[in-house]
Amino acid sequence: MENQIFELQYAMDTFYFLVCGALVMWMAAGFAMLEAGLVRAKNTTEILTKNVALFAIACIMYLVCGYSIMYDGGIFLNGIEAFDLAGVLSDSAANGFDGGSVYSGASDFFFQVVFVATAMSIVSGAVAERMKLWAFLAFAVVMTGFIYPMEGAWTWGGVDVFGLYNLGDLGFSDFAGSGIVHMAGAAAALAGVLLLGARKGKYGPNGEIHAIPGSNLPLATLGTFILWMGWFGFNGGSVLKLGDAASAHSVAMVFLNTNTAAAGGAMAALIVGRFLFGKADLTMLLNGALAGLVTITAEPSTPTALTATIFGAMGGVLVVFSIVTLDKLKIDDPVGAISVHGVVGFLGLLLVPVTNDGSSFSGQLIGAVTIFAWVFVASLIVWAILKAIFGIRVSEEDEYEGMDIVDCGMEAYPEFVKS
Amino acid sequence: MKLVTAIIKPFKLDDVREALSEIGVQGITVTEVKGFGRQKGHTELYRGAEYVVDFLPKVKIEVAIAEASLDQVIEAITKAANTGKIGDGKIFVTTLEQAIRIRTGETGEDAI
Repeated sequence: MENQIFELQYAMDTFYFLVCGALVMWMAAGFAMLEAGLVRAKNTTEILTKNVALFAIACIMYLVCGYSIMYDGGIFLNGIEAFDLAGVLSDSAANGFDGGSVYSGASDFFFQVVFVATAMSIVSGAVAERMKLWAFLAFAVVMTGFIYPMEGAWTWGGVDVFGLYNLGDLGFSDFAGSGIVHMAGAAAALAGVLLLGARKGKYGPNGEIHAIPGSNLPLATLGTFILWMGWFGFNGGSVLKLGDAASAHSVAMVFLNTNTAAAGGAMAALIVGRFLFGKADLTMLLNGALAGLVTITAEPSTPTALTATIFGAMGGVLVVFSIVTLDKLKIDDPVGAISVHGVVGFLGLLLVPVTNDGSSFSGQLIGAVTIFAWVFVASLIVWAILKAIFGIRVSEEDEYEGMDIVDCGMEAYPEFVKS
Repeated sequence: MKLVTAIIKPFKLDDVREALSEIGVQGITVTEVKGFGRQKGHTELYRGAEYVVDFLPKVKIEVAIAEASLDQVIEAITKAANTGKIGDGKIFVTTLEQAIRIRTGETGEDAI
């Protein structure tokens, strides 16, 4: 009987991983819609192409070597197909019913791989409307196969950073990846944007900032709601276990806090935007909801619901000022990805010690600097190599024509094109 | 005969149509147009950065009338389309050489 209960627990925890992984996979759709909505119509097909292709690359590269680097699995997932019932039962007995979860290795890979894709999706929005398709995809190969798995190994993988120090021992904690996933993606994006430059016409010769409005705000809104929903898998799944009462309760708290932080972030950004700009800026509201989600991702299990709402609101306020500041610095980010995921991801990491005694402020700071420095420098080198060999930016004429025709040969909304 | 062309704010179209009907105007032609005037469009904020809306949406009304009713028509349009704010539009009057009703072949003021 006990063994059957352990088998059932294994089944439940594996199933939980798979469902949460599927939710996170759906975030790829959210990013695709958000980015398609915030770029101009002439660059829509190309940004959608990037979003689907980067997801596929992430899945393949993490299978080839990423998972192996990050969690010491086999290259090409060698051995993941084996099922050992006796091992499952002995592990379950050793951990106890309410101990660490025992689940299928295949479900673990599935859950981890969609996080890699999320990190890479962040990059595509920031470099949108001007980066060459194939240069971007080449970067995606290195990012998902090497850069992300390296810092993932130092954090969730528990490996020493180049054999020097161990982030876990220093008190670093990042529950679902405010830093490991979101800030990492933003660091890679920032490196790309710095080498790429702003979209033509974004900044005037005398420092004027010209807005380039997005083409489809209904899509951007849909994308934000999809991301909001997918985030329940992102944070909820990161509890890693559902199969006992305490874990189930923890999952429920994570869902609750994730949702309320998004609400807090959304309202904070809406109100701040209203005071700063005089009108309700929908795109800031959307970024605010995402900022709330990114803030709480570093620790959604220990805050009270009220604390989580306040944390989310802090992210929502920060994201508006961050977007405006980056614009003043002429760092052109069409969708606000560097602000939402990078700046706010950093805030999320710093807020963890407020409610989680197992982490330390210094540990969070060292962890954040380690992740950012690694991803930023490694990405800068890769972007620079790509720039030197192939070039990473389309020509001025192609940028004017739109990436859709230049890269893909098709318009997203062909009825509007004059023949 | 005169051709009166009025550029007005779109939301005033119904008021202008009613005012013209009341004074016995038999028909008008309406076109959705875009343009700018002395203000040269206006600026909006998107994510904290300004952008210029160069051409504002307007409605163009064309009315062919007998010379005798010109003042009445101008007064009706001016009164109905006036909000007192910038962007109320303009009225242009041109001389109309000829008008022909296609169905019957009538010409001149009989045709309008």
